[in-house]
Amino acid sequence: MSTTTETQPSRTVYTRPRRSAMKWLLDAGLRRNMGLIFALLLLCALGAFTAGDRFADSNNMMTIVRLAAVTGVVSIGATFVITIAGIDLSVGAILALSAVWATTVSGQAFAESSSWIFMALTAMAVGAAAGLINGILIAYGKVVSFITTLAMMAAARGLAEIISDKKTQIITVEPFLKAVGGDVFGVPVIVLIFILVAIGGWVLLNRTTFGRRTFAIGGNPEAARLAGIKVERHTMAIYALAGLCAGIGALMLMARTTTGSATHGTGLELDVIAAVVIGGTLLTGGRGSIFGTVLGVLIFSTLTNLFTLNNLSLSVQLVAKGAIIVSAVLIQRQLARRAQRT
Amino acid sequence: MNYDQDTESTPGGSTLLEMRGIEKRFPGIVALREVAFEVTAGEVHCLLGQNGAGKSTLIKVLAGVHQPNEGQILLDGKEIGFSNPDEAIKAGIGTMYQELDLVETLTVAENIFLGHEKARAGFSSRKAEHRAAAGLLTRLGHPEILPEMEVGELSAAGQQIVSMARALSRDVRLIIMDEPSAVLDSEEVRNLFDTVRFLTASGVAVIYISHRLEEIRVIGDRITVLKDGTAVASNLLVADTPNAELIKLMTGRSITNVFPALTPVADDAAAVLEVKDLVVAPGNEPISFSVAAGEVLGLAGLVGSGRSEILGAIYGSTKPVSGSVHLDGKKLRPGSTVSAVNAGMGLCPEERKSQALLLDDTLAANFTLASIPRYSLAGFTSGKREYQASMEQITKLELRPADPMREARTLSGGNQQKIVLGRWLSHGCRVLLLDEPTRGVDVGARSEIYTLVSELSRAGIAIIVVSSELEEVLGLSHEVLVVSENRIVHRAPAAQMSEHRILDLVMEGTTL
Repeated sequence: MSTTTETQPSRTVYTRPRRSAMKWLLDAGLRRNMGLIFALLLLCALGAFTAGDRFADSNNMMTIVRLAAVTGVVSIGATFVITIAGIDLSVGAILALSAVWATTVSGQAFAESSSWIFMALTAMAVGAAAGLINGILIAYGKVVSFITTLAMMAAARGLAEIISDKKTQIITVEPFLKAVGGDVFGVPVIVLIFILVAIGGWVLLNRTTFGRRTFAIGGNPEAARLAGIKVERHTMAIYALAGLCAGIGALMLMARTTTGSATHGTGLELDVIAAVVIGGTLLTGGRGSIFGTVLGVLIFSTLTNLFTLNNLSLSVQLVAKGAIIVSAVLIQRQLARRAQRT
Repeated sequence: MNYDQDTESTPGGSTLLEMRGIEKRFPGIVALREVAFEVTAGEVHCLLGQNGAGKSTLIKVLAGVHQPNEGQILLDGKEIGFSNPDEAIKAGIGTMYQELDLVETLTVAENIFLGHEKARAGFSSRKAEHRAAAGLLTRLGHPEILPEMEVGELSAAGQQIVSMARALSRDVRLIIMDEPSAVLDSEEVRNLFDTVRFLTASGVAVIYISHRLEEIRVIGDRITVLKDGTAVASNLLVADTPNAELIKLMTGRSITNVFPALTPVADDAAAVLEVKDLVVAPGNEPISFSVAAGEVLGLAGLVGSGRSEILGAIYGSTKPVSGSVHLDGKKLRPGSTVSAVNAGMGLCPEERKSQALLLDDTLAANFTLASIPRYSLAGFTSGKREYQASMEQITKLELRPADPMREARTLSGGNQQKIVLGRWLSHGCRVLLLDEPTRGVDVGARSEIYTLVSELSRAGIAIIVVSSELEEVLGLSHEVLVVSENRIVHRAPAAQMSEHRILDLVMEGTTL
């Protein structure tokens, strides 16, 4: 293909004004998420005030992050879905299905005789496959994502109950529990997985062609299609990615609870959507923030920790959660408006 | 329906509206500075100015959408102030916005009476609304639009009529029309003018905004020109002000040669794009034609004649019934934009904002949308490469402001159109399809786009231009295809065609 612009002999080189990494962090990362950081700090201050050393203890801090890890990983995948103006209600059910499928008696026996890796791979493969089915129905079948994933939510949960016969399956594969449930230099492996998935998700969304297309499809699907982007294939891939994240979440939860159960991840989808949305990702698509999602997840787990330490009931916690969702979104919008003006 | 009568209604009737020393500041900019503006009853007062000159802000102040920081608005000599659009409407000021503000899923009658439903004890009275709506539409000369039709199913012109009926359904004394002709073809513009004359004859004043000077010649009484937020000339009489002076006032420079000279197509130029027996929609006749390297082919015809649909089928944004499109001899997959783009085709669609731009994204992201992998290494985007490519396009297209990190939303219509063109230039395409390339584009940027088209044709790119402005099609193209009722009724060199001849052909095609 001949090009008119690129064959000219001499090109002027334009240098991009450089921004130091620190300034960038302050600028994009902190300012845009100022409301969330403020909320998180407020919760921490509240924790230190009400529970003192029991809260501000490094072990407790790690507990908070460990608590956030599963929801966090699943939320990273959901950030992609919501950025393209989709919704995935099925992540909790897919997580349960993945966990149950990977912990069947025959599955565990196979893992015992070969390698624990296969258990992890099974969970991830089941998650990705379920996500792929969502993706195919949404992208090519043109069924709206809400309905498709609502159906998957019911079906996957049901299938998980059938496979497990509604019984909790105890994991006996010691190497798996040791590998995923253990620590590396004092940091739980599931926390490391969360960090890795978050970094990977950030890079994928902000630094790759895949991410660029994700934003384009979310911002203006028609423009993306007319620019020759394979919108259907990309949409399908994003739901598969969300499923894969649910699968990874499954193996983390399996390690944390040492069980596989059809009740795993019940209601998870709502926590995930709440975290992503308070993180600044627009339900209308086109804008998404992995950093915001991570902050959102941390806020909720800090809240849970705070209430547990103060012996407050789950019901009170739910009320606080609702209040936080609404106020975070309101603050976020105010700040975004101010940022747009400057 | 014909309201033709003496249209030179005398300006100098009683002053209906007066705006004095209006100032409107937004954070960072002063959009309007000490603007004075007056309208007399029964006149058509044209508001001229480039994009960003402050026209939209001024009418939004008048319509109660914005509140001025300083200044007075007087209606019948009494000072008034609108804190919201509803108050303006109640005072008799109706507005037809550029972006039609109709609810597409509601019916014509429901839209017309939206906000002031005819109701008895809270129950809306469909019958009364339908009767009143039908009356209004008949009065506007469009009885064929029925009150129970869904607005989304109407053409752009039809929606405009509904919008006008909505303004008239209130006791309106002043109607603001923001570029009403932008979505209309010349026949529909004539209908619109009949309606405007009918309104002014009954004493209603009209503020008319348009980029097309010819229209202002036909319909306007007086002109106020805005530039950079100030009124540089007020109350000019249309009859006494030549076009050249208006352009000078708007731009601060005079534009001489609007259409640049075309380089003739070489005799041995190979056909780059071949359309073979393409049936765009069931029941249509097959269409065949070819475009050579460096050739500009114009598609002329009325809105709704099937011009845009033909472009869509060529590009693959809609799937044709049968037939094929070949680029450099290679057959494209029907109904696949991916195949078209990969083969080297680019489209600047009719609806820039909804079909082409990522408004919330940066200029850089918009430029590289069609060719992201080229600015990436192994799937990772390279900010440096994108910046380089974007700056090259910005420089080449004289895009303002020259900042690749700016959001596309903040640019004027002309500059936004340049972004879409830049997307395909940086992609490096062989065939460029331009659908209404100058819609909503100001005079200055318009002539820059014309120059660009001729440069691209010289560089050997095959170009198809669709435009509602026949003058533009004739001025830009080597060859013209006249389209009517989804058929190609004539093909001839542009030099042998005239606006008159095209209209003749279109009429013949329609009556057949």
